[in-house]
This record gives sequence, C-alpha cells and structure tokens, in this order.
Amino acid sequence: MIDLNPISGWKRLLALPNESRTKTIVVAFLLSAACAVLVTTATVYLRPIQIQNRAAEEQLRLDKLLASIPGMSEIVAEAGGSALSSVVVDLTKGSVAEGQTSQTVQAALDDPSNWTQLAPEQDTADIGARPDIAQIFILRDQDRIALLLLPIIGSGYNGPIRAMLALRGDMNTIAGLTITDQAETPGLGARIEEAEWQALFAGKQIADDKGTLRFSVARGPANTEYEVDGITGATRTSNAITRMVRFWVGPDGYGPLIDAVRRGEF
Amino acid sequence: MAGTARYWTRLIEPLVRQNPVTLQILGICSALAVTTTLDTALTMSASLIVVIVASAGIVSLIRRHIPSSIRLIVQIIIVASLVIVIDQFLQAYFFDISQRLSVYVSLITTNCLVLGRTESFARNNPPLVSMTDAFGNGLGYALVLTIIGAVREMFGTGRLLGYQLLPTVDQGGWFEPLNLMLLAPSAFFLLGGLVWIVRSIWREQAEPSEFDAPKVEETTP
Repeated sequence: MIDLNPISGWKRLLALPNESRTKTIVVAFLLSAACAVLVTTATVYLRPIQIQNRAAEEQLRLDKLLASIPGMSEIVAEAGGSALSSVVVDLTKGSVAEGQTSQTVQAALDDPSNWTQLAPEQDTADIGARPDIAQIFILRDQDRIALLLLPIIGSGYNGPIRAMLALRGDMNTIAGLTITDQAETPGLGARIEEAEWQALFAGKQIADDKGTLRFSVARGPANTEYEVDGITGATRTSNAITRMVRFWVGPDGYGPLIDAVRRGEF
Repeated sequence: MAGTARYWTRLIEPLVRQNPVTLQILGICSALAVTTTLDTALTMSASLIVVIVASAGIVSLIRRHIPSSIRLIVQIIIVASLVIVIDQFLQAYFFDISQRLSVYVSLITTNCLVLGRTESFARNNPPLVSMTDAFGNGLGYALVLTIIGAVREMFGTGRLLGYQLLPTVDQGGWFEPLNLMLLAPSAFFLLGGLVWIVRSIWREQAEPSEFDAPKVEETTP
C-alpha cells in the first residue's frame, strides 16, 4: 500500500541519504521553488515604487536638459511653469508612435527595421540612416504646444554632433539649441558647446513666409533673422550645424510632425 | 561562558586578524569599484552584510540536507535570490545610490566572500554561530570598504558624505583635489597600502615567499 500521508512522506524524504538521486532532485526542486517565490514576491511588491522612481528621475533629467538650453527658463515660466512631457513619435507619419514608450524606444532603435536608409541627395545631414521613431519632449501651455524639444544629429568635422533643438509653438521660431555630444576640434569647432554661441539661436526664424528654408549659420557675423554668427576657423562645423538643422526640420526629418503640430493635431 | 566566547571570537577575528579582504584578498573587485565615495561604500557594505548573514543562516539551517553533488549550486541559488531581493529593495527605496552602484550589487552573487563563508563555515555549523561568523566577515569587509571609501572621497573631492571638509581651490580654499583618487587605480594603491600596513603590524599574516630565485654562478671567462 502506498503511504500518502504528506508528513510521513516528508519525514521519509529527510531520512533519505543525501546522495540519493530522489533527494537531490527534490531538494533542488524545492529550493528553486522557494527562491522563485521569494524573488517574485519582492519584485512584484516593489515594482510600483521603482516605476515612480524612474519617472521622477526622467523628469529630473528633462528639467536639467531644459535648463541647459539658453533662454529656456523664461519660456517655461510663460507657459505657467508646467513640466515637460516625453512622447515617442513616428517620424514618417508625424504622429505618436503606437505602442512605444520612453522605456521601449531604446530597444526599438536597436532593430534595423525601425531605420530608413537615406539616398545621398536626401541625406543633407550626412547620417546615412534615419530612425523612424524618436523620443521628443513637449511643453504645453494649457492645450497649446508652447515648446517642442527635438533631438537632432548630424555629421560634424570630426564625428557626429548631437543636439537638442527647441522650437516655439509657431514651429518656425527657434527657442534654443544645445549641443549634447560632439567631437569637434577643441578651440575651434568645439566652441559650439559655448553657451554664448548657443544663446544666439534664440528667436531665429527657420523658413520665410513662402516656406523656403532660410536658416543658416552665417560665414562671419549674422545679417538676417535667419542667421546665426559663424564661428571663425570652424567653417565645416558651422556648415554641419546648418545642414543638420535644415535636414531635421525638413521633410525627411521632423517635417511631418511639425506639419501635424501646425494643423493642431497634437 | 565558553559558548559566548566562541561567538565573540567568530565576530572579532575577521575584523583584522582574519580580515577577508586584507588577509584572504577576497571580494576585492567590489572593494575597488564602489569606493569612490563613502556613501556607496557603506551601502554596498550593508547590502553585503545582509546577504552574507541571511545566506549563512539559510545554508546552515538546511546543511544536513544539502546533497553534496549540488551543494555549490544550492548555495549560489540562495545567495543569488537574496541578492536580487536586496537589489530590488535598493532600487525601490535608495534609487539614487542604487543607480551609482549599478551592477555591483548584483555582483555580490559572485563575491567570493559570501560563497567562501557559506561553503567553508555555514555548511558545517549551526545557524547562530554561522550567522555570527558571517556578520563578522561582513563587518571586516565593511571596515576595509569604509576606510578606502573615506580616503578616496576625502582626497578626491575634499568632501566626506557630502560635507565639505577640505575647502577646495575652486571654492577659494587651499585644497587641490587629487583626481587620481576618483579613478580605479587609486583603489589598488590604497588597498595594497592597507594590506602592507596590516601585514607589517601583524607579521604572522605575511605569506612566506613561495620560492627563492635560483642562484646563478658567475662564469669566469
């Protein structure tokens, strides 16, 4: 007759020699189960607090980013001091990317199918391929968009230049620009990192009334409302900035998104 | 009375005379990595103490029923589960510090110190004395981390736990921060120096040289 009493079964198990195959397997199984329960409980129980922490950290990072763009604090104050929100957008459609969040966007960008190869004549920023989705940041004043922060990238003289371009609600006025990563020549091209130079971007217009892109970094001092002073001795870096801003506000960059914002679809 | 003395020895011995880091050179990977500031060093020490004490307790409780063919796996599973729990806890309640500790909390799993104590002590001793022994070893580890962390933060930034103790030149003081202290090599130098000091005072800790260089006869032409 088989003994089904769990207590005596347990006792028999403990009484087995440690080296027996049954006991080895049962001990391994029980231990794994106990550890799985422990780990799962801790993870599930603590997850809501961790999510809050991550959100708070991201907000902090955004505030820092905003503070790093010259002239931004006034615009934030104008918009009633509301905080930035982050949105993942589909660049081709110019709309919010379905099913993407700031947590998933990095993984999505590792997938080559989320990139579009650019033909040489399109590729004015010289970047080869453009991501189809991007995480952008929006500052709202009630239900109107007061500020759009767009990450942009282009090839500089010595390597990629990454920047954050801030556009005012009219989508034609630059609110500011900050360089987040660059490897230009120190003392020449690397001066794009200087806050004094970046401050020149505030208030510049991108396109004229007919919609022609006019923005550029001038050779020498700026003459028009579309121009920013060039950096002496860094013509190629200056040109790279011109090309990358023009590319990203253009049809292959954030153009569809900017049109959607103008139509009030955001 | 003899019983109490036994616990006391197990607690005190690993602090200096049997210190796991300076004598046995165990767990130095994390000792080098997390000691740029004192608060990360202290958090890391606290995490390690919790893990080592709890795992020693659990291993010791089930010590009579661990099949020897899978004993290392059993111990590592216990340690790893506890480490995950601690890591999750830090991410929930000490988010800032857990970001700075990054992977090193998870790496407690592979810290030889923890496995060393469960394998060589807790597996053969009753829970209370095992946990005392683990706590002593954890404290010994914490002691070294605290010393190195304090020196590195003090001379690397002039601060200690965020308080400015030495006024730096930037702030109009006299102290020029030693940037080397914030880089990994300085932890090697400090740890090496610490081992040297400890072994000069407690000479029995010095290892005998393993072999003498062979003598070469001078040849005459």
